[in-house]
This record gives sequence, structure tokens and C-alpha cells, in this order.
Amino acid sequence: MEHTVTYLGVIPLLPLIGAVVIGLLHMFTCKKTPLPEIFYGALACVGPVLSFLLALVVFFQLKGLPAEERFLTHNVFTWFAVGELHVDMGFLADPLSSLMLLFVTFIGSLIHIYSVGYMAGDENFGKFFSYLNLFLGSMLILVLGSGPVVMFVGWEGVGLCSYLLISFYSKETDNVLAGNKAFIVNRIGDLGFVLGMSFLFWAIGASGFDYLSLKANVASIPPGVGITVCLLLFIGACGKSAQIPLYVWLPDAMAGPTPVSALIHAATMVTAGVYMVARFSFLYAHYPVAGSVVAWVGILTALLAAIFGMFQKDIKKILAYSTVSQLGYMFAGVGVAAYSAGIFHVFTHAFFKALLFLGAGSVIYALHHEQDIWKMGGLKDKLPRTYWTMLVGAFALSGCPPFSGFFSKDEILFSALATGHTGIWLIGVLVAGMTAYYTFRMIFLVFHGKPRVQESFDHAHEPPAVMTVPLIILAVGALFAGFLNLPGIFGGNLNVSHWLAPSLSEHHPHVSVWLELLAIATSVVAFAIGITFAFKKFGEGATEPEFIGFAKIAYHKFYVDEIYNAVFVQPYKAFGSVISRFLEPNVTDSHVKVSVWLYQKAGTAFKVFQIGYVRVYAIYMVIGLSLMSLFLSQTIN
Amino acid sequence: MIQDYLILSVILFCLGILGVITRRNVFSVFMSIELMLNAANLAFIAFSRLHESMDGHVLALMVMAVAAAEAALALAVVILLHKHKSKLDTNIFSLLKG
Repeated sequence: MEHTVTYLGVIPLLPLIGAVVIGLLHMFTCKKTPLPEIFYGALACVGPVLSFLLALVVFFQLKGLPAEERFLTHNVFTWFAVGELHVDMGFLADPLSSLMLLFVTFIGSLIHIYSVGYMAGDENFGKFFSYLNLFLGSMLILVLGSGPVVMFVGWEGVGLCSYLLISFYSKETDNVLAGNKAFIVNRIGDLGFVLGMSFLFWAIGASGFDYLSLKANVASIPPGVGITVCLLLFIGACGKSAQIPLYVWLPDAMAGPTPVSALIHAATMVTAGVYMVARFSFLYAHYPVAGSVVAWVGILTALLAAIFGMFQKDIKKILAYSTVSQLGYMFAGVGVAAYSAGIFHVFTHAFFKALLFLGAGSVIYALHHEQDIWKMGGLKDKLPRTYWTMLVGAFALSGCPPFSGFFSKDEILFSALATGHTGIWLIGVLVAGMTAYYTFRMIFLVFHGKPRVQESFDHAHEPPAVMTVPLIILAVGALFAGFLNLPGIFGGNLNVSHWLAPSLSEHHPHVSVWLELLAIATSVVAFAIGITFAFKKFGEGATEPEFIGFAKIAYHKFYVDEIYNAVFVQPYKAFGSVISRFLEPNVTDSHVKVSVWLYQKAGTAFKVFQIGYVRVYAIYMVIGLSLMSLFLSQTIN
Repeated sequence: MIQDYLILSVILFCLGILGVITRRNVFSVFMSIELMLNAANLAFIAFSRLHESMDGHVLALMVMAVAAAEAALALAVVILLHKHKSKLDTNIFSLLKG
């Protein structure tokens, strides 16, 4: 049972209109008389805030319906219809997309407001907000799309905005290269997505290519095709959500402005892969093997990224690796068919990771673009609001009860244990400890101890309210969001999971309370061990160690970038140059050259008819007309 | 009856073609073209008479008007040609030779 509502399409449209208006204004005024920043800032915040309000309307309308009828649709127009393929530009709001919608618009609005403060004084202020609005619009299309094709439009849109915003400070080559890298790596994943989508259409697309029809026909897919589709779609998710082997772009993506890192590369875009797997849960639920692949890739990514995160010294790189690691958890969750746990971790992660990034942004802003944690220290009293809010974020990230991250991460680990994936659970617990360690390593080095660089410490000051108020709001979210999905053991009843249930195909296994207690206890112990190690090592001020042995290899990320460069990039370049130097001039160009030669010869042959005397041309005309008349008289009779 | 007119028309037309092809003076060529046009006119009028309809007359008048317009243009071109080479021999205007 679906209900049609006509305002659904407006939600992504509002930020898109904002993007166009701001972009045009910026284009025509930036050269002569730049408009005041406050004007752009206000204009940029209108779209996201209105979208958020509409998202609330959607949420409450869904809430008013009986659970199995919670599907709002809006088919704006038929996009294209070729043969059996019929694609509507349509939007679908169900419990899953409405949850995504709520936090994307909410956090998006907060980050827009924060950016007004962070980007102040930038010469491309208008351009930044145009891109940011464009991103939000694309993200909303991705979330609300009624079928894989519309989702793909948003998918590509957010990829484009990610590229534009990573290389936003385009005067430095490194930033532009980071943008290119993100775009190209994502392209590889997108190929998987497109192939998966094509296979899916080939199998069951003829009777409707939107989620609801696909879900109804999922049983008629041949098993081999189904598992291929699952794995191909997961390649797409790997690209967008930075999983092994395509995770390399995300740490480099930190070259963009910090609000971008918070919005795109922590809270929203990178979780699109998880959302996609959950969206296709009706498919993944049929193929536990594909699910196991997803879960193992996820948990190994979580482990690898946590190892890297422990040795980084750039504050944003630490957070970037922690994002990769947390995304790994989410994939582990959706991989073991605990879709609601994975999505709930997406939800809480959006709060605390956006908070940590924005906090890091405040620190960077206060220290005039210093990002090396070994040059910070003792900022606790200088930046009290940033410190306290980031501390909340750090507790949530490392999974300390009762902060939000604890409940969501614990739900994933518990589901892994309950479905018999003991290996995944063990690695997950290990990673939880490492997460606590590297998170508090960062907190201790940045805020505790003595200042390491006195000069920048003296100039540090708390950023303006436009930046700290979003931090406080997010901190409240990071603190309390976990209570929305309180498991039964703490007296709750998994509200979010029940809310999501109509959209997802998952079954909650029934297991003993002791197993759940075991999962919780190990998580807490892992957290305690991690934070203790961090405190012992960095709590009372530490000096920058010389990286040797394993630490050095881990600091250089196991030389993965260099290996990729040697194994993929350089051979590919060599291949390209072989083609351009030998293959093209000798093989493919030869056809072109032959036809050129033929035309030249033909021209020379016909040249003799061009006498130049006007009466000879008259003879040609007479001959031609005579022949034509002759021909006509022959055919008519 | 009609054949006589048509034969005359064909003869005139062929004379016109012959003139265009053989004569070298620009004026002669031009006059030959006029001859061809009027040969066509003759055929029109003859058919008009045969079918007892005014369509042929209309076309003949049209051809005359076009011929007059063409004459105005052609004479201007002839003057320009004369200014250019001070001769009106078509053989010396052979820029299109390949």
C-alpha cells in the first residue's frame, strides 16, 4: 500500500535551486563587486533548513500510518521509457529513507551554519556554498530516489561535489590531485554499481525497476545472477564508502575544507554505500554468502584503518581513518544481516563524527591552519567549548556507555556474535579497543599536557558562536542519540530497529541474555583497556616519538599508496603511452590516412573536368539535363 | 497543329543552347539564354491554348518578369567584367580551372 504525496520532490529541489542561484550570483558578481558574505550564508542555509522541516513533515506523516503502509511516493515525471525499461523520476519515502532524510538534512543544516563562520574571508565564499547546496540536493536525491537509477543520479552527483570540494583550495597541486584520486577511485566503484544495476535489470527489471517492484519480484532471480548483483553492487559501495581495496581516496580527501570533511567525508556521502546495501536488503538477505563477503571486507577494513589511525599525526587524517574504520563496522553490521544495526550506526556516527570533525575544524581555525597534533597541546582551557564537545564525540566514537556510539557499535558486534560470525566479533572487539586508544591519543595530545608550540598556543582563541553552537547541538545528539535504539537489556525496545523494520528484510535471532551481556562486557573492557593505554602513553604530555619498525610502516600506511602506484597507476600510464606512441600512429591512424589518400587521388582524377570555360560547364549541364530527361521519359512510359 | 509550335520551340531552344556553347562574346551568350527562355515561353503558350486554360499565360508572364530581372543583374555583371579585363571574351574568365 503506497500513498502519493506531492511535496516529496521539493525536498531535494530546494537545495538544488539554492545551488543554482548562489552559483549564478557568485559567477556574475565575484569579479567586480562581491556580495556580502552574510547574504550568501543566509541564502545557503534557507534550502537545507526548509528541507529539514519538510523531512519532519514526512516523518510525522509516515508515523501516522500503520507500519506496513509506511510508503510515500511521488512520481514527478517519466524520465525515459525504452522497450521494457521504464524509469520514473520518482521519490520514495519509507522508514529507511525518512531516517536518512532526517539526519542528512539536520546535520547538513548545522554544517551549513558552521561553514558560514569557518569559511569567512575566503574569496570563493559563494562558490563554496553553491557546491555545498548542490551536494545536499544530490544526497537527498540519492536517499529519496524510488529506484536504483534515480539513486545513481544522486550517487554521481555526490561524487561530483566530493571532487569539487576536495580540490576546493585549487591553488595547491596536492589538493587537486587528491580530488582527482577520489574521483577516479570512485569511478572504479561506480562501474561495479552500473554493472550490478544492469544485471539486476536483465534478471527482473522488466516488470518495474523501482525498489518496491524489485522487492516483489526478487524471488525469480536465478541464484548465480543474484549473488553477482550483490557483489557488483558491493564494489560500488566499496568505492563510495571507502572499503578495502578502494579506501585510499578518503584519507587524501581531507585536503578539502573541514566542514566538507565533516559533511561529505564523515556524516553523509560515505555512508551511501551502507545505505545502498540496506536498501537492497531484500536481495542481500537471500544470499548469506554475499553478506559474509561484505561483513569480512568491512571488518578487515575496520582493522586496517584502525592500525593506520593509531600512528597518524595529522588531526584530520586520524579522523579520516577512524571514519574508514567505522564504515567498516557498518558494513560488518549489514553484512551479517543486521541491517538496522548498521543503519543505526550510520545515524549515530553521523552525529559524533561530524562533531569531531567540526571540533577539529575549530582547533585548526584557532591555531591558524595547524593540523599536526604534535604541535598542539594544552588547549583545554583555551578552547573550553570545543574541548568539552569534542570529548563527548570522543567518548561516543570509542564506544563508552552511555554515549551513542556504544549502543550502535555494540548492536553490530552483538549481531555478529549472535549470527555465529565469531571471527568478525573478535576483530570487532579488538578494533573497539584500538578506536578508544587512537581517539584519546588525539584528545590527550591536542587538549591536555603542556603546549608544544608556545606561539600558536598564545594566539589561540575560541571560534565565534556560529561555529560553537552547532558543536553543542551535535554534542547533545552524540550523547543522547543512542537512547533512541535502547536494547531490551537496558529496558528499551529497539525503537529505531522497529521503525526501520518495514523497509528491511531482517530477522532478529533469539539468543540468550548471557551472550548479549558477554558482548557488552567485552566492548566495555576493550574501551577501558584502550583508553588506559592512551592515558599512560599520552596523558601527561609526551614528545613526538621517532617511528621505527612496525610504527614506521603503519605511519606510511603499509605503503599501500606506493604499491597501488607501482601495480596499477604506472603500468596503466605505460600502457597509455604505448598506445599513443605505437598503436595509434601505426594501427588505428592508418585507416584514416588511407581514406585521406583516396580522397586526394579522386580529387586529382576529377580535376580534369574543371576546364574553367563557362561554355564547357554549360555543356555539362545540357548533357546532365538530357540524360535526366531521357531517364524520366523511360521510367514514365 | 500543336506539334508545329512545339517543333519551333525545340528549334529555338536548341539554337539557344548552341549559342551558349559556341559563342565567346558575353553578350551573345546572354542573348542565347534569352532565346532559350522564350522558346520555353512559346511552349507554355502553345499548351495553354491547347488546354484552354490560363495557367500557361501566367507562367509565361512570370518567365518574362524573371528574364527582365535577370537582364538587369546580368548587365551589371557584364559591366563589372568589362571593367576588370576590358574585354568580353568568355575564354579569358577561367578562374575556376582546376
